[in-house]
Amino acid sequence: MGETLLSIQGLSKAFGDCRVLDAVDIDVASGEFLTLLGPSGCGKTTLLRLIAGLEAPSAGSITLADEDLVRIPAERRPVNTVFQSYALFPHLTVFDNVAFGPHLHGVRGDELRQAVAEALATVGLAEFANRKPAQLSGGQQQRVAIARAVVNKPRVLLLDEPLSALDYKLRKRMQVELKQLQRRLGITFIFVTHDQEEALSMSDRVAVMNEGRIEQLDTPRRIYEEPASVFVARFVGETNLLPATVKGRDEGGLLLEVEGIELKVRPPRFDPDDKVHVMLRPEDLDVWSREELERHPELKARAIAARVEEVIYKGSTVDLLVRLSGGDRVAASAFFDEEDPTLDYKRDEEVFVTWPKDWEVLLPWDSGGAGAG
Amino acid sequence: MSRLWRGGYLGLIYLFFYLPIAILIVFSFNDSKYRLTWQGFSWRWYEALFSNEELLQVALNSVTLAFISATLATLMGTLAAVVLYRYRFFGKRLLHGLLYIVIMSPDIVMGISLLILFVSLNMPLGFWTLLLAHVTFCLPFVVVTVYGRLSGFDESMVEAARDLGAGEWLTFRKILLPLLMPAVIAGWLLSFTLSMDDVIISFFVTGPEFEILPLKIYSMVRVGVKPEVNALCTLMFGLTLILILIAHLLLKEKKA
Amino acid sequence: MSGAARIGGLRNITLTLIWVWLLLFVLAPTLMVVVASLLERGESQFVIAEFTIDNFLRLFDPLYFQVFWNSIYLALVTTLICLLLGYPFAWMISRASPRLRPLLLVLVIIPFWTSSLVRTYAMVIILKANGLLNASLLWLGVTDKPLMLLFTEFAVIVGLVYSLLPFMILPLYAAMEKLDLRLLEAARDLGAGRVALFTRVVFPLTLPGVIAGCMLVFLPALGMFYIPDLLGGAKILLLGNLIKDQFLAARDWPFGSAISVLLLIFMALFMLLLVWARRRRADSGEMGL
Repeated sequence: MGETLLSIQGLSKAFGDCRVLDAVDIDVASGEFLTLLGPSGCGKTTLLRLIAGLEAPSAGSITLADEDLVRIPAERRPVNTVFQSYALFPHLTVFDNVAFGPHLHGVRGDELRQAVAEALATVGLAEFANRKPAQLSGGQQQRVAIARAVVNKPRVLLLDEPLSALDYKLRKRMQVELKQLQRRLGITFIFVTHDQEEALSMSDRVAVMNEGRIEQLDTPRRIYEEPASVFVARFVGETNLLPATVKGRDEGGLLLEVEGIELKVRPPRFDPDDKVHVMLRPEDLDVWSREELERHPELKARAIAARVEEVIYKGSTVDLLVRLSGGDRVAASAFFDEEDPTLDYKRDEEVFVTWPKDWEVLLPWDSGGAGAG
Repeated sequence: MSRLWRGGYLGLIYLFFYLPIAILIVFSFNDSKYRLTWQGFSWRWYEALFSNEELLQVALNSVTLAFISATLATLMGTLAAVVLYRYRFFGKRLLHGLLYIVIMSPDIVMGISLLILFVSLNMPLGFWTLLLAHVTFCLPFVVVTVYGRLSGFDESMVEAARDLGAGEWLTFRKILLPLLMPAVIAGWLLSFTLSMDDVIISFFVTGPEFEILPLKIYSMVRVGVKPEVNALCTLMFGLTLILILIAHLLLKEKKA
Repeated sequence: MSGAARIGGLRNITLTLIWVWLLLFVLAPTLMVVVASLLERGESQFVIAEFTIDNFLRLFDPLYFQVFWNSIYLALVTTLICLLLGYPFAWMISRASPRLRPLLLVLVIIPFWTSSLVRTYAMVIILKANGLLNASLLWLGVTDKPLMLLFTEFAVIVGLVYSLLPFMILPLYAAMEKLDLRLLEAARDLGAGRVALFTRVVFPLTLPGVIAGCMLVFLPALGMFYIPDLLGGAKILLLGNLIKDQFLAARDWPFGSAISVLLLIFMALFMLLLVWARRRRADSGEMGL
């Protein structure tokens, strides 16, 4: 990624006594697609509105290319927003909606017409210029909102859950289109969503937010595979969390007790007697029958006895809900595999659960995270 | 059966509402002075009306007063509604409350309270006191009409305008005002009809040198029924009807 | 920046203007009425700055007390008739087909906005001795000589109902339109009969509309002095007539103010009732069932 374009330092926002944003730091690189992901009320929209200038921060700084943004009113910031409700002006045509920004910035005549035409062409709405917003479908209104923002050539484009009002199929298509648009325009995107799948598939980096703070800021892959906290692990993707205790440490590893078995794991930052969570994604778990386990004696020491509680057929995968002998329930999903056509489990069947060595992720104990996802 | 009952009941109430007015209108064209029976169609009462210079002057007074007070109330009321909608400020709820109290309070209390005020300020009763009173009772109706339309707006529309580079003033002029126009016009029309029709409040704050139509009609009707009054009331009703229909169409448009 | 300054200035000017206006022409005059009601009547001036509660006590003077009760009685009867006529009417409109509803509503709004004076005058034409109603009654043979309809209490009540019925219907309609029909279906499903449906679901949920409507009918019904003037032959007095006389004929402003304060107290009571009803509905949405 390029150099830092937008730098946010110690940004806080309180409404009365309610602290919605708490000392947030983010550096956004030029041309990056950054997603703010989190449950509703986590502060992601507030962060976006602070960048847009629609709210004033209680503390902290926002700088864009070394210019202090906080002092600049919303109407003069070189950033634009695509609103969740689109916020198209109902009394203006599509053309006038898109022309609104450039016109205010003194663009006139042919130059204006060309800029608007170009922006509308970018979103594939060239022939709808003379319609009123009410005469467009939801997806088309969405595109007008995008065209109206990008026509101003903003340094940063802010998108506040722009796809949430669209149906599933259209949302999928718009995700791809948005990503392509961002690449083509080279504009930095800051995208707010509560949909983790959307966040993972579109972004260069994802900031997972919770209660006004950033829990983790990382690439989608690392967010998914190496979540920094129980919150992130649970919010992004399906997760099994198993309680475990650190038994001791020796050269090169920790000795861990989990579900009645002892495991040697890579040495992260824990001390003996710490309680920890072992995080495993459903697709990381292998489920074996007793005969299968007999054929793999090397796994025996690591296998946790369990019983199948529910078998959920999902087409490309089979998901199992499995009760471990220790009482915790985990989800495991197995992909259909040409070489293993016997993907056939029955309720109440006795099975054994293992996972490949070193695939587990250790997370600090979080009482809110107890129990499996 | 129940449909029939319902239709019948609605019909009866509407009949109650409109029959007296219909009779009034019919009689204004009746070529007879005292008789109930239909004596043939005639414009004579309208002719009598329009040759009555004094009455025409009074009507002109009323229209002038209604026009000015509706315009002032609309200007102030529109701005007030926008300020109430857009900004947080000290005493906002109190202001809302006061406006509602003005709408709810009995006309007669408003009439005598303004009379006491004007007298204690040594203001001569007449055009100016009428104007102040009319603006006061029209004002909250404009605020409510305009505010009602504003609260139907998507709030992020205003933010979008700012985001695209419009300051507060341009946002007001280019986005809010055009969208509010139907409500502003409706508010004006309602104010105009309120002002044209008011009897009770005007009764207390009027003066001898500026007569207005409703009070003139009142004094004429008190001494008995005159056919010219039928014609006059028919015209007033027709005017109000036209204004209401325009206002209604303007306000309905927002839902479409 | 100039734009921001301009709107900031405009905002402050607007706020100042509206506040000054309401303080000067609503709050101050109302306070003056209250103050005047507690002062002595003067000979050369309208009031003398001497505190007294005599003006309120005079309401119990038999002479005025009868007017007072008569006015309240007329207003109550008017309100009751408006409620009984208006409730089913508003309900039928609110349940009419969405295509028909705007038309039905506009037909109520027209009398709502037209001059009550003009409509009262129209009623005079109907009720007078050689008017339409008597003619109809004679023709139908119900009576053999014209009835004295005009200048009776009956005429005043008819006139008040005629003028004020739209003020009852519109708030009722507003409350009923918001009513979720699924609630009624749910109540039916739970076994509520027609009576229970009305007393335990529909009426409690439309109560704010009922109170607002009653206020908008009851208060003006105490004050619309021209209706008894035109229809009651100045025999039957409302509080409005009394107030008017005190201000314009008897020149007893403190007593007139005291009667007005009484109206304000009625209004305050209604508003408290309204706040109570709205709050109750908001607090215990399900408990109401």
